[in-house]
Amino acid sequence: MDTESTYSGYSYYSGRSRGSHRHGERSRDRHKSRSKDSRSEKSVTITTPPAEPLLGDSSVRGEQVQDDNWGETTTAVTGTSEHSLSQEDIVRITKDLEDSVGLDCRRYFTLTLAVIMGLLVFLTPLAFLALPHLLWPEKLQTCGTACEGLFISVAFKLLILLLAVWALFFRPPRAGLPRVFVFRALLAVLVLLFVVSYWLFYGVRILDSQDENYQGIVQYAVSLVDALLFIHYLAIVLLELRQLQPCFSVCVARSTDGEMRHYNLGQLSIQRAALAILEHYYCDFPVHNPALLSASKSRAAKHLAGLKVYNVDGPGNNAAAASAGMAHSQSRAMIAAAARRRDTSHNELYYEEAEHERRVRKRKSRLVVAVEEAFTHIKRMQEEEQKKAPGDVMDPREAAQAIFPSMARALQKYLRTTKQQHCHSMESIQQHLAFCITNNMTPKAFLECYLTPGPTLQYSRDHWRARQWTLVSEASVTNGLKDGSTFVLRCADFSLVVTTKRIPYIQMSEEYIDPKSHKFVLRLQSETSV
Amino acid sequence: MSSFIPGQPLTAVVQRIQIQKLRQGDNLILGFSIGGGIDQDPGQNPFSDDKTDKGIYVTRITPRGPADEAGLKMGDKLMQVNGWDMTMVTHDQARKRLTKKNEDVVRLLVTRRSLEEAVKHSMGSYPRQ
Repeated sequence: MDTESTYSGYSYYSGRSRGSHRHGERSRDRHKSRSKDSRSEKSVTITTPPAEPLLGDSSVRGEQVQDDNWGETTTAVTGTSEHSLSQEDIVRITKDLEDSVGLDCRRYFTLTLAVIMGLLVFLTPLAFLALPHLLWPEKLQTCGTACEGLFISVAFKLLILLLAVWALFFRPPRAGLPRVFVFRALLAVLVLLFVVSYWLFYGVRILDSQDENYQGIVQYAVSLVDALLFIHYLAIVLLELRQLQPCFSVCVARSTDGEMRHYNLGQLSIQRAALAILEHYYCDFPVHNPALLSASKSRAAKHLAGLKVYNVDGPGNNAAAASAGMAHSQSRAMIAAAARRRDTSHNELYYEEAEHERRVRKRKSRLVVAVEEAFTHIKRMQEEEQKKAPGDVMDPREAAQAIFPSMARALQKYLRTTKQQHCHSMESIQQHLAFCITNNMTPKAFLECYLTPGPTLQYSRDHWRARQWTLVSEASVTNGLKDGSTFVLRCADFSLVVTTKRIPYIQMSEEYIDPKSHKFVLRLQSETSV
Repeated sequence: MSSFIPGQPLTAVVQRIQIQKLRQGDNLILGFSIGGGIDQDPGQNPFSDDKTDKGIYVTRITPRGPADEAGLKMGDKLMQVNGWDMTMVTHDQARKRLTKKNEDVVRLLVTRRSLEEAVKHSMGSYPRQ
């Protein structure tokens, strides 16, 4: 198991970006972005709590390593099983702990910074309006009608700004990205510069000289709020609108089983494109099932194990040159011998696959019959009957538990044959059965989620198998997508390889057809005898 | 039949056929049917090599009729009838030229593919000197 290289790569990546970007993140931060701070983190985490249950949580662990023979022993299932955690799980848990602590610190820090900036920006116009009254109230001209009208305008514009900022920025964080979000950083800097310059001007020209023209001051405050609204418009265009129009077609392929999907993305940076792709991954790709890959691995092992190379000449000359030459000639000899050998593994594969197909179909037909028969045992009670005979009445959960044993064995055998038994626990199957009974679903509808593997999101969280993703890219991840750019999204078990292609520039010309130009003639072919 | 380029002179190897009209009741008949013409659809002509050829073709020969005995074959293209050109006429004009009531003999110039090949073959058997 390649645990060492996977995690060492991850930690190297995280260490590097921590060092270089920590200073950068403190100095340039976003404004009004309390909830986006997770984007400045270095690992792409999806929004679930990062800490997995620790060793002490035995009940959950017990469920996961439960005995697979629940089909035969449905009446008495206990949670007594050993805690068997592999080395990989331990390493993963400690890594999660360490990262979650680090990430939370940074997240809270950037959150507080953003809140402070937001408050500063919101209170600035109010301060501009209030300070003259506090500092030189006697000298100030009275506020006429136009001036008071401007008060209303300031109030409403501030309210609109507040709502707009809440709508755009105050959303739950979707992920934590490796590098800071360039556009948000730019916008934060812009706003900061803007507010600072306004304060400078105010301080020099108004506070120092104690200007009496209050209407001018109010107009100054209104212009500030207007400009903030325009910056918000800029934020909408840069952050939301720019990437809506599709520009690139990306092809995402899973490295283990070749499952491939194509998506259309707009102009995004590589890290944002990776985030969009991962969100689609959880919704579209069928769940990753490592049990299905064991067959090809065993075939590969058989290929290698078939030949052994012996060196009969003995250790002779110069070690370095000879060993290089020997390795080269060894591999060539192996390839030649493999080509000459009468390889019948294709035959075995064919018959094995045919046999497997037959077996799956047989099990499936038994399963379908068992489920249909089980569903005939229960009937929904009508309203009138409910009042009349309150005898042996069951709620959906009890009804599910009542009919489950008759189909459990067939279902378990089917799941074992299709190597899906680890995806569905007995508890989840009973829950699903109760759900189907409640909603009047047919047996076929109940079975559908076991016959075809659904998207990863539909399974319970333990089976998602990846929440920490690493973005491996040759270009900097804040660069935009380009035609032909590729990157890899790696998680513990597999990786997603992404390639992009630009949608071509289309040159269209027009041709006008006069509606009167549609004329037709008969095609004649006569034959005359003379 | 040589390929036909509009506006350029047409060269073809032709055969002279003279048909005596046969009186059948009130009509003088020649014993064959024609198809084609500049007002017809040339693409549906099964006998022409070039499907844009709008000439007049012999589409049917009555067996043991006057045309059959004179040597006219199915698929022949009529180039001239009694001196009148048949390569650029409408179907009706062709019919009229063939069925003039005051003529009882028609002299046709017809061409067919086998004529060209026969000429080439005969030329080829004599070595050039």
